[in-house]
Amino acid sequence: MLRPYGRPMAALSVSFSLNGSPVTVDVDPSARLLDTLRYQLGLTGTKEGCGEGECGACTVYLDGLPVNSCLIPTYQVRGQRVATVESLDPGALEPFERCGATQCGACTPGVVMTAWWIREHPELLGTHSIRELMAGNLCRCTGYDGIVDSVAEALRETGSGRRET
Amino acid sequence: MKRREALAKLTGRERYVDDLPLQDFLWGMTVRSPAPRGRVTAIRFGEDVDWSQFVVVDHRDVPGPNVVALIEQDQPVLAAGYVRHVHEPVLLLAHPSREAVRRAVRSVEVVVAPEPPALDFRITPTPEWIQYGTDNVLKRLQIVKGDVERALAQAPVVVSGTYETGAQEHVYLETQGMIAYLEGDVLVVKGSMQCPYYVLKALQHALARDGPLVRVIQTPTGGGFGGKEEFPSHIALHAALLALKGGRPVKLIYDRGEDMAATTKRHPALVRHRTGLTRDGRLLAQDIEVVIDGGAYVTLSPVVLSRAIIHAAGPYACDHVRITGRAMFTNAVPFGAFRGFGAPQSQFAGERHMDVIARTLGIDPIELRRINLLRDGQTTATGQVIRDGTDRLVVMEQALELSRYREKQRQHAAFNATHATLRRGSGLATFYHGAGFTGGGEVALQSRLRVAGRPDGRVEVLSANIEMGQGTLTVFTELAATRLGLAPEDVTIAEADTARVPNSGPTVASRTTMIVGALVERAADDLRRRVGLDDSARGAAVKEAIQRWHREHPGEGEPLFGEAAYEKPPDIAWDDKTYRGDAYGAFAWAAYVAEVEVDLRTCATRVIDFVAVQEVGKVLNPALAKGQVQGGVVQGIGWALMEECKWRDGAMANNQLTNYLIPTSDDVPSVRVAFLENPYPHGAGGAKGLGELPIDGPAPAILNAVARATGADPRAIPLTPERLMELLDGPASVGAQHAAPLR
Repeated sequence: MLRPYGRPMAALSVSFSLNGSPVTVDVDPSARLLDTLRYQLGLTGTKEGCGEGECGACTVYLDGLPVNSCLIPTYQVRGQRVATVESLDPGALEPFERCGATQCGACTPGVVMTAWWIREHPELLGTHSIRELMAGNLCRCTGYDGIVDSVAEALRETGSGRRET
Repeated sequence: MKRREALAKLTGRERYVDDLPLQDFLWGMTVRSPAPRGRVTAIRFGEDVDWSQFVVVDHRDVPGPNVVALIEQDQPVLAAGYVRHVHEPVLLLAHPSREAVRRAVRSVEVVVAPEPPALDFRITPTPEWIQYGTDNVLKRLQIVKGDVERALAQAPVVVSGTYETGAQEHVYLETQGMIAYLEGDVLVVKGSMQCPYYVLKALQHALARDGPLVRVIQTPTGGGFGGKEEFPSHIALHAALLALKGGRPVKLIYDRGEDMAATTKRHPALVRHRTGLTRDGRLLAQDIEVVIDGGAYVTLSPVVLSRAIIHAAGPYACDHVRITGRAMFTNAVPFGAFRGFGAPQSQFAGERHMDVIARTLGIDPIELRRINLLRDGQTTATGQVIRDGTDRLVVMEQALELSRYREKQRQHAAFNATHATLRRGSGLATFYHGAGFTGGGEVALQSRLRVAGRPDGRVEVLSANIEMGQGTLTVFTELAATRLGLAPEDVTIAEADTARVPNSGPTVASRTTMIVGALVERAADDLRRRVGLDDSARGAAVKEAIQRWHREHPGEGEPLFGEAAYEKPPDIAWDDKTYRGDAYGAFAWAAYVAEVEVDLRTCATRVIDFVAVQEVGKVLNPALAKGQVQGGVVQGIGWALMEECKWRDGAMANNQLTNYLIPTSDDVPSVRVAFLENPYPHGAGGAKGLGELPIDGPAPAILNAVARATGADPRAIPLTPERLMELLDGPASVGAQHAAPLR
């Protein structure tokens, strides 16, 4: 029987930018960025859905790109920019509220992070549909119409919407 | 009104159980059975762990009866020397480090002397498999109307068919989790759940603790779909046992793999139909057998079976009906509540069978339904007279119109005749769903609810019904505000804390809006009367009267609240012994049309359009109602086409989202929703139940569409590409039906 039970390795000190501010944490070499954010830095907006990069609930931006934080070892973000759902402007989320983007809310922060990234990169819609771009975020409640409509509406409001779905 | 808690969820501020701050606590984990059946001969603790650092709990630590109280008292909190399914909980561990407790779980070996497991619910058990009663039947039920044998013998045509549905995993995005700690003498358990009072009852029973010494608090719940109906009692008990023995707070959160492997799923089902008809398609007799896989303990299988058989005959008029149901014991991880609760299984069979009948008789499936759909004054299989004034033909006709069904049929014929590799088709399902507990269930629940008046004139709804995404907080707010003429900001909804809220029943069975919502309205009326106002008083007058009451009753005086208890509508009656009468206070009615495209090279089926039309009484919040339907339809698309549990010794082998696939945004079309409204006099604001209805229709509509597109005759779901390939190309394929597509 395989028992990966080695001695804990010495903690690593990792410095990075978190939501625009410098932060330094001591972490186990095997620590996931998701756990560091949630349990060490108290940013519980980022959720764990599957722990294997399938559901997107733990989506954060790493140097501006959406990533699954359950798949990122914390030591890898040394010197990089990490942004979480807590960094978004709540005032701009009104279309998501209005169009039914959230029901139970467990996938929602990840959905919002991906949606926001699409909103900031409308040129993607020249080659991809919203449904394609959102396919990395699983939602079990909405059937996705509320999410897709919200993204389209957010794009429309920023004047950058091109393709509906 | 917009969803109340939407902004908190969108910004990540909403705190679920794993987000709550907790100091000086232990992480709990569960050691499980490796075998489907047998005696536990040893539990070996690895020598690579310093066990003195761990809290270790086994069945001997359960202070009261070692059972999770539900319908039967047969399921242990922790296995006591004998296991009946893989992943059955045997031992609990807790430690301050989550990593340490994970390693420790892997260092425990549960040794089981294996005995022969029953693993196929569809076959008659051999003697060595018998573990429940004399035949492994957990529950047997029957509905009889008229004389089915005679009617079948005399029928000009008899069409038979056998249909199968697979298990389905809930995949609520928030996995199951609980926190337990002592506050003085009071055990507090907080977590993700649909039914706080179920959890309370289970804790009181197995821990032998008196009422006030246990308190259960629901935390914001990240999806349930039935998966958090009965199962949370287990994890609550486990967390509580560890906290009581360890003397520190315990947090027990399943990761996705454990959640998918060890928690309940939708019951697999096998349904056989034998239907007598006239040559032009009028139903003369329906003989239906429903068998479901209950798994290793009784859990909720008897009531799932009940709902399955009551819905099995479909929304059709037929004078001679016999429906027999059996829930079978197997050594599988127990199956449990899942949105629809048996009705999706039996209606998949019934609606697929309607199209099989239509093809056999050579008549249009729409015409077959038009002939047989219930008209007011006719009766269901249990003899319930339907007289709600809804025209079910109009529901169907609207779905056909919205989907441009007839026009599409012509287009599909042209497309299929010319396209080399793609085939398109549309399929219809007409169906119904009864809201609230079955039969006398609502009477037995004795639901109570309060609306309190606060010193500032605002009101607070005190209910045990919870928010899990479906919109309870918003709908209860709207109901109380509308009833009292208040602004939504003047209404708060109390946290579902059993120390504060009365037992308004479980958040299940499409009952929250229709039945509990009506209690919100009546408790609001009662509050108004208690402050000396009549039912016409609204708005400022109500607020001022509440404020005045508090000024006149200063200090520690009795709190101000209005109360309501469930009262059975006078016009419904049910006999549980004969299974005759009004099974539900109200049925919602629906007609769904799926349009599919099948790629003959890959045998993959894609739903390219979906129309969902339903009559659900008054729609209280159109945006929330639409979201419920769209979500339910997509969950149904997953069940129909891709969600497949792979079994090994009665346990899920593909317990990961990597290889148990649920629909993504790119797998499904926009779901087009329309409501017809016929207010139900006993429902809140005229509403009927809605939550479960949408998962009954997609699977049969989609398979009927695939049948029309390809000419195949699929009878089982999930209809994965592999299954469809066998039907279209395989050696065991359906022969003549594998000819050219229907034109």
